[in-house]
Amino acid sequence: MGLNLKELRRLEAKANELRHITVDTVLHAGSGHIGGAMSVMDIMTILYYRFMRIKKEDPHWQDRDRFILSKGHAGIGFVSILADLGFLEREQLKTFNLTGSDLGIHLDCTKAPGVDASTGSLGHGLSIALGMAQAARQLNKDFITYCVLGDGECNEGSVWEAAMAVSHYNATNLITFVDRNRCMIDGDTEDVMKLEPFAAKWRAFGFDTLEIDGHSFVELNDAIEHALKAEKPVAIICNTIKGCGIDFMAGDFRWHYGAINEELAEKCHASLGKYYQTRLEGKGV
Amino acid sequence: MAGGISYTSDETTKLSTGEVYAKMLCDLAEQDPRIVTLTADLAKSTKIGAFMERFPERFYNVGIAEQNMFGIAAGMAKCGLIPFTSCFAIFTSCRGLDQIHTDICYQNLNVKMIGSHAGTSFGQAGTTHHSTEDIAIMRSMANLVVIVPADGLETANAVQAAVAHQGPVYLRINRGFDQAVYDSMEYGYEIGKAVQLHDGTDLTIIACGSGVFQAVQAARELASVDGVKARVLNMHTIKPIDREAIMEAVHDTRRIITVEDHTVIGGLGGAVAEVIAEGGMACAFRRLGLQDAFSPIGLHEDLMSHHKIDANGIIETVRELLQLDFEEDDDWTDEV
Ligand SMILES: Cc1ncc(C[n+]2csc(CCOP(=O)(O)OP(=O)(O)O)c2C)c(N)n1
Repeated sequence: MGLNLKELRRLEAKANELRHITVDTVLHAGSGHIGGAMSVMDIMTILYYRFMRIKKEDPHWQDRDRFILSKGHAGIGFVSILADLGFLEREQLKTFNLTGSDLGIHLDCTKAPGVDASTGSLGHGLSIALGMAQAARQLNKDFITYCVLGDGECNEGSVWEAAMAVSHYNATNLITFVDRNRCMIDGDTEDVMKLEPFAAKWRAFGFDTLEIDGHSFVELNDAIEHALKAEKPVAIICNTIKGCGIDFMAGDFRWHYGAINEELAEKCHASLGKYYQTRLEGKGV
Repeated sequence: MAGGISYTSDETTKLSTGEVYAKMLCDLAEQDPRIVTLTADLAKSTKIGAFMERFPERFYNVGIAEQNMFGIAAGMAKCGLIPFTSCFAIFTSCRGLDQIHTDICYQNLNVKMIGSHAGTSFGQAGTTHHSTEDIAIMRSMANLVVIVPADGLETANAVQAAVAHQGPVYLRINRGFDQAVYDSMEYGYEIGKAVQLHDGTDLTIIACGSGVFQAVQAARELASVDGVKARVLNMHTIKPIDREAIMEAVHDTRRIITVEDHTVIGGLGGAVAEVIAEGGMACAFRRLGLQDAFSPIGLHEDLMSHHKIDANGIIETVRELLQLDFEEDDDWTDEV
């Protein structure tokens, strides 16, 4: 079932709202991993607001779909969703990074309800996700596990150990996303440690591999619908922009982690406002 | 042999500890062409980017692949280079451990590993980035020298000493600026030799890393407020540990407190406990640090106070320890 206009509008509005909330959280915290939070936002939005079966009143519901943010440093973006869903209080976002807070840069699943795994050490998420997917089969449950990796994260050998195993076990109840924003901390992924031919690597590991625009809900929707029916595990390489929506950050690896003050936050909000309009116009929404 | 480089505190107050490390390594590399550096997408974060700018052809960024980095460093060392790896302490001691154990320490290779953002110095990043087990882990590796400098100038000394030392070295430094313990590099830094920073006979505070500044503060306050004479030892080398200084402290002061931004299990406190237990002299003993727990998040200074490894926490423990009644027998050998 493709996305209808109403649904598309709803997702666009939600992603926009979440990006604004994220800017505010970064402002309160003083700094944060804003670049990677913005690039992954549309992927998380379509998962949480269209596909994932979760219970807002029960974050620990046993049959829920699982989400592993393997690039755990994007926690500052993820908490916008957790607060919007009601797993966290909106006010709690203002404590992000403060001493003693339950919300730090890399989310702690023992403290933040709705977080399925404590990530932050890169290269762990896909293995954990595979464990969950295999557990679903053991337990005769039909939940789906979604996992998002950073592209720089894919330098880690452990990602490929997991990938080999996902395909070996033919874990079709696990969907792997890569946030392909082409940036890591020290530069462009291709300058620091070449990943290309990237899709070919995933294919060689046995994945049905799609390459899409990770900021297009239509393409994300089609890819996920395909993955949910596929007979092989699917990897969705989402071409994205680091700092997506904020003109002075977009595509700049130096905004991996950065500090913003009131003035910059205003600029972020203004830029996001314009970006939202262009997105709506571009899609004829 | 490279060395003989001295910085003044005028030069280093503007530099974070990581920047001092990078500056010293650049200066040493100027003298010694065997020095090369490796990082795992942390050139900017660990400050070793300065080396990349000065010696781009001697710098390797292997991407986010720590295990690979340590393996490559081992290969380089086998061929006579002196590789310095720059990575967060947690991803050095945990992620890279099998390579460090088997490729570097077992083969006794001349690799120098800088673990940055150590202890709770990257406090807000949480347990995935806190490094509160690395001293214990690294200390258990045979052949490995483990150094935890107290501040920027001591880091500069330790980097030079690491180059001069033949064999693997782990150097644990903090994120950002350390409070200055030293105002000069000329205090006789030597691997394996503790430095006494405050004299005393009532008890001894043995500290490393960020705990050292706090211990000195505590000793000063204890002297002025309580009239207590606390000895302070900067145990910058955890391995090989300075047994003599520890046993001398036990003999002279009979009360020992260790302070580290690390779990109390197996780190500085563990190392000192082993020496005391084998030394044959009883004493009152406390280990300050993380009490078998993962740390909450927060600013480094807040977490130091939470874990009672700041001056106030140390003072509190000293007062408690001094109230303890225990038999003071002048003839130590009786107690063996
Ligand atoms: C094992 C490990 N090594 C290093 C780091 C430090 N680190 C945090 S984010 C990051 C770069 C991540 O790049 P990428 O996966 O592309 O994420 P994105 O650009 O989407 O933010 C690094 C090296 C880490 N968190 N974990």
